[in-house]
Amino acid sequence: MTEASHSRLSSKDLSLGYATTKILEHVDIAIPDGKITAMIGANGSGKSTLLKTLGRILQPIDGTVLLDGRAIAGLPSRDIARTLALLPQSPVSPDGLTVRQLCRFGRHPHKGMLTRTTRHDEEIVEQALAATGLSDLTERPLDRLSGGQRQRAWIAMALAQETPILLLDEPTTYLDIAHQLEVLNLLRDLNRTQGRTIVMVVHDLNHAAQYADHIVAVANGGIHAAGRPVDLLTPDLIRTVFDVDAMVIPHPADGTPLCLPLSIDF
Amino acid sequence: MSASVTNRADLRAFSAGMIALAVILAIAVLGMTIGAVTLSVSQVVDGLAGGKSAFIVTQYRAPRVVISILAGASFGMAGVFLQGALRNPLASPDVVGITKCAGLGAFLAGLVSPPALAIWSIPAGVVAGAVVGAMMLLTIGRSFGGGIAALALVGVAIGLFGQALMQYVMVLFPTRADQSMIWLAGSVYGSTGAKVMALSLWLVLCLPLVFIAGLRLDAGGFGDETLISLGILPGRLRGGLITVSVLLTAGAVASVGSMGFLGLLAPHAARLLVGARARHLLPVSALIGALTLSAADLIGRVIALPNEIPAGIVAAVIGGPYLIFLLIKEAGRHD
Repeated sequence: MTEASHSRLSSKDLSLGYATTKILEHVDIAIPDGKITAMIGANGSGKSTLLKTLGRILQPIDGTVLLDGRAIAGLPSRDIARTLALLPQSPVSPDGLTVRQLCRFGRHPHKGMLTRTTRHDEEIVEQALAATGLSDLTERPLDRLSGGQRQRAWIAMALAQETPILLLDEPTTYLDIAHQLEVLNLLRDLNRTQGRTIVMVVHDLNHAAQYADHIVAVANGGIHAAGRPVDLLTPDLIRTVFDVDAMVIPHPADGTPLCLPLSIDF
Repeated sequence: MSASVTNRADLRAFSAGMIALAVILAIAVLGMTIGAVTLSVSQVVDGLAGGKSAFIVTQYRAPRVVISILAGASFGMAGVFLQGALRNPLASPDVVGITKCAGLGAFLAGLVSPPALAIWSIPAGVVAGAVVGAMMLLTIGRSFGGGIAALALVGVAIGLFGQALMQYVMVLFPTRADQSMIWLAGSVYGSTGAKVMALSLWLVLCLPLVFIAGLRLDAGGFGDETLISLGILPGRLRGGLITVSVLLTAGAVASVGSMGFLGLLAPHAARLLVGARARHLLPVSALIGALTLSAADLIGRVIALPNEIPAGIVAAVIGGPYLIFLLIKEAGRHD
């Protein structure tokens, strides 16, 4: 298996969906280590379902998800939680938690619920809060944070989990443009400085183009294409995946592909 | 900085707990002095030590006071566990049908066993009914995916089914219906030292589970996706919390009858006082449950002399409007 050295998380002949309706079939995907992967696709294409299956939230109808070459279905949940964390799209938290208390739950896979937080755990929590710029807000209850701050608090919890792989389901939904960029910049920092592998479902093609090293386009019941943004994002692909006509030009600032949709006649 | 905030919440919970405890003690003393024969506090103390009024105090009044406290605390904690497991503030052992099944179990056990064995058969019937109800809840709930909404709806259906069966049995055996009506309303009348021993023993056995489940209670507030990501199996966590709730409910129902309503009221009042963290909510809810049941029993004993009104009815009459008040206040906080 040549890809094992480059990809700790992969899938083999995966079929996803509900009872009889398959959403995706024969999915073979390898998440490149140490890179940011963006999953793009139309609503209902199955990109979130694929992400959740990679994160063992959902069971595939057929096929296997492989983590370090072993079938994820056979691994203890706690062990997986030390390698892979998943941040859902709209996470629900217990009432009355502060930022630090939320972040502490990220230590669970390392210590369990019955033992007390050690000094080492507190250090990791502190680092996670610092990395997400929340050091001044540690005692703030979650329900008194802005949308962007709350999303950073959840990312801090995932960081405290110390997993090399981080999956995020639409981390920028419900955020305004400034907070979207705040979260994306944070994820890029975490990838560049800590070497974490990041996989995220994103809606905005230009975010995918600017922030991802690797794009997976999900369409028509399978992986339509995967590759570097500059190779992948073409008017043809955008038409096939989203049914939208678009121009693609180099971004004036950094040269990444910039997708400009053309108006649609209904 | 973190310490000061944590300490403030701890201090608040501690003060609330101490005040509740003081009120409970005051009610307990009153409960032992008031009655057909009024005793002074010194006579009560003398009686507890085996003096002149020993019979009234130790055989009749003290067991009743202690049972109210223990059963009230059990309902208060059972409600917290169930609400935490189902992530629903309206969940209570009553709402998800566990008390109904426990009641059905008690009634059936009372029917089939000779009266001399009733003191053992009825609690056994309660526990059996509660456990069967909870197993139905968890198995049927799981077949619908084990989600929170599925568990809650299945619970409501089980409760309705249990109640219908009970009414059917009561119609079949009308001579036994009177006693079960009182029992269904919930009453601490006729508490004995043996009952106190039985419930205390049950609670001591449950205590380690309560402690373990208490440490896991906060995690119940996460969505299932987050739990899985943290390496926690949601079904096992919620099933465990529900099981502890069922055990506490069964013990309390066996001693005082069906008063699941307390399991709704006490956690709400406690949440308003000390917030939603388990380490504060659980003990304070237990104390408020104990306070409410012992106050309800005291009021029920004196309000319509020479008759007694079952504590369950008093608790519901006072608690209903109070719960509405709490809900309004809670709703106001979210605006």
